[in-house]
Amino acid sequence: MSDTVGIVIVSHSQDIAKGTADMVRQMVGSEVKVAFCGGDPGGGLGTNVPLIIEAIDKAWSPKGVAILVDLGGAETNSEMAVEMLQPERRDLVVVCNAPIVEGAVMAATEAAGGGSLEQVRAVAEELSAG
Amino acid sequence: MMLETRKSNSHTITGSVRLIHDAGLHARPAVKLTKLAKKFQAQISIRAGESADWINAKSVAKVMAMRASRDSTIEIKASGEDAEAAVAAMVDLVARDFPDNTP
Repeated sequence: MSDTVGIVIVSHSQDIAKGTADMVRQMVGSEVKVAFCGGDPGGGLGTNVPLIIEAIDKAWSPKGVAILVDLGGAETNSEMAVEMLQPERRDLVVVCNAPIVEGAVMAATEAAGGGSLEQVRAVAEELSAG
Repeated sequence: MMLETRKSNSHTITGSVRLIHDAGLHARPAVKLTKLAKKFQAQISIRAGESADWINAKSVAKVMAMRASRDSTIEIKASGEDAEAAVAAMVDLVARDFPDNTP
């Protein structure tokens, strides 16, 4: 169980991204790799494809990476970032359809337990299914 | 404190423990409980009181949604090879009020 699915948090706000990552680390623990990015390089609100790719690299695990996003552009930019990865990595990264904070905590809990990328995604998305 | 485990038949191990955590089974304890449950191969279910539905102890969303309150009794049942160790560990975690050093 040495490898766990990595978690990437992408928000329009750096504060939200960092705060969400802090919650995951404190609630779930440090055994799951968590990376985050938020805001545009100018310091305003936004998301940025190169920064998302950097976060994916940071959280990289052979078991894959699950991305949690907030609104609109965070999702489309994350999808674009996934498309720009090396082809062999692309299939190992998913963007979850889940609320960013709750989804990140649930996904990380599943990842910490050794869950596969599909299981991690399913647990995060269980929240949206109501 | 209520703390017991028993073998109800050859396959299922059950236990029960009173929840003493101040705020009930909120997010952080729920994560700890789920993480512990996932360490075992056994199928593990929990419920908060006799009238509640059994839920999968390895599902963090479901454990959080239980909203078990302080002083409620958490029942745990497990089946599988390591069921006995699983129930003992789960009861211990709740009885010790979810200590932070739990791996």
